[in-house]
Amino acid sequence: MPATLFQKVWDAHAVRTLPSGQTQLFVGLHLVHEVTTPQAFDMMRQQGWRVAFPERTFATVDHIVPTSSQRRPFLDLMAEEMTTALERNCREAGIRLWAPDNDNQGIVHVIGPELGLTQPGMTIACGDSHTSTHGALGAIAFGIGTSQVRDVLASQCLALDPLNVRRIDISGRLNRGVYAKDVILTIIRRLGVQGGVGFAYEYGGSTIDAMTIDERMTICNMSIEGGARIGYVNPDDTTYAFLRGRRFSPAGDAFDRAVAWWRQMASDTSATYADRVTFDATAIEPTVTWGINPGQSVAVSEPIDGDPDDEAFAFMGFRPGQRVRGTRIDVAFIGSCTNGRLSDLEDAAHVVRGHHVAPHVKALVVPGSQAVRRAAEARGLHDVFIEAGFEWRGAGCSMCLGMNQDRLEGRQVSASSSNRNFKGRQGSPTGRTLLMSPAMVAAAAIAGEVVDVREMLEAVPA
Amino acid sequence: MPLRGDELDTDRIMPARFLRAVSFDGLERHLFEDDRAADPGHAFNDPRYAGASILVVNANFGCGSSREHAPQGLVRAGIRAIVGESFSEIFQGNAAMLGLPCFVASHEAVERLQTLIETTPDVAIAADVTSGAITAGTMRIAATLPAALRDGFVSGQWNPTLMLLDRYDEVRAVADRLPYMNWVIG
Repeated sequence: MPATLFQKVWDAHAVRTLPSGQTQLFVGLHLVHEVTTPQAFDMMRQQGWRVAFPERTFATVDHIVPTSSQRRPFLDLMAEEMTTALERNCREAGIRLWAPDNDNQGIVHVIGPELGLTQPGMTIACGDSHTSTHGALGAIAFGIGTSQVRDVLASQCLALDPLNVRRIDISGRLNRGVYAKDVILTIIRRLGVQGGVGFAYEYGGSTIDAMTIDERMTICNMSIEGGARIGYVNPDDTTYAFLRGRRFSPAGDAFDRAVAWWRQMASDTSATYADRVTFDATAIEPTVTWGINPGQSVAVSEPIDGDPDDEAFAFMGFRPGQRVRGTRIDVAFIGSCTNGRLSDLEDAAHVVRGHHVAPHVKALVVPGSQAVRRAAEARGLHDVFIEAGFEWRGAGCSMCLGMNQDRLEGRQVSASSSNRNFKGRQGSPTGRTLLMSPAMVAAAAIAGEVVDVREMLEAVPA
Repeated sequence: MPLRGDELDTDRIMPARFLRAVSFDGLERHLFEDDRAADPGHAFNDPRYAGASILVVNANFGCGSSREHAPQGLVRAGIRAIVGESFSEIFQGNAAMLGLPCFVASHEAVERLQTLIETTPDVAIAADVTSGAITAGTMRIAATLPAALRDGFVSGQWNPTLMLLDRYDEVRAVADRLPYMNWVIG
């Protein structure tokens, strides 16, 4: 019986059908961070429960960590308290933690793949909605709440209902200046921010096949912004090449045996899907959001269409028919679990080289992990950014959600490579976010306003 | 109480700066804090709805971040049930873990219910987890809960932790069958 990767992974991890009709699903990899877990560990203590599989949980600190200086103790007392709490919880439970003083610290969705923890065919849960990122390697990965974090700690299982699978085929070659971010923004724009509720999204087609794992992660990361709790790409040779030699990847003969299993777990070519949609990659342009949810976007060359959302227009200060291009920005943010990996910084640096940030713009680059930061520095990217007037920061979530000191002020407009343009998302209740690719953010930082990155790239060798 | 608007995300319900804490205590004070500051007429500012235990919302309520702080704040503010056009999956699951059922009704039914409450704020509303019926005065609308959640609420077993802890040997057997469980190194 032909099956999708989702069905195969679900079946391989199903423990039993619970009396409620839900499936008791084994969680192969549990990732935790400082913000959504202290209460879960407290509940465990209150019940007197022990962590069932401590070797299957890994922890890092990302949401609240300062990125200007990561020396301990943090000047931000709450960041220090939350980090200390996680350190204590992990020590008591025997969970491996990568704190800011460790070379492997970073955004949980950046370090999982980087360390080879994220592997095809796994179930992965984390108290963070962007856990869908890990689907880029052919895992079934999803966000959970704190009470469910407690359940995973206590039992390594969750009670879940299965999802339907929607196959999203994207075909053709992306034009220069068009990136994975533009693809996923286009998908969400068409299918809607609620279109994925009840579905896992399986991305495929020649565009996805040609993408690197970094690009696939950008796509899978924002599945949740389209309402889909899970997004994945079937594992292929690109996946196996990415995983080979990583710290937690199987080594030697075990790697070859792993590849054989991973291949089996991929969707069968004759698998059936609850729904199928197709996109033409050649028609996708650099895309920017204009509103207050990630579905409210336009191609940078286009006027904003007649969306009936008056609240979004009023909050953002746009009018129907207006273009986002030419909008003056105050802040440029390059980073996040969506676009904070090495290739994202390379794409941005490619645009920045030889230019300077506009005088009125505060621009920051926040690498997704310490490993990304080191790799970027080895390539001299930090010099490119610093010479251009960007701040070069430590690893963390930073201004994606403004839980640390990196926040918008007042009604500032931010060109951001992150994932959410919700009201208040970047730390100021009235702050305004324009989501776009890292290269588009870099171009906006230099011009001081939203521009079409394709025009800047014309002057740069490919 | 009626709370109008589609796509009310969890950053709106509980802004991220209130996640800077190691407990959920006091979150009820920060529900919709920024929306309330921007709009004096916000439902959570309206004294007519003080003490309300049923919240009536529109489409895709609770989308975005998986932060349980959002339903925690609602439960701590005394909300016992939510009726809406649709919910994000993660929010609905988190709410269920706290014993907060999210009933789904049609757009038209939700609008009628919201209008009724706005015009008659003291109307008594009841939500029945068994039948899914929502009654408000003489108005009766049909709503649904996912079957597993409905059964959980009816039996009082909405929190699955004990069930998950029940059969460790079966969990271990699944773990032992998974090839990658033996690969961990480093």
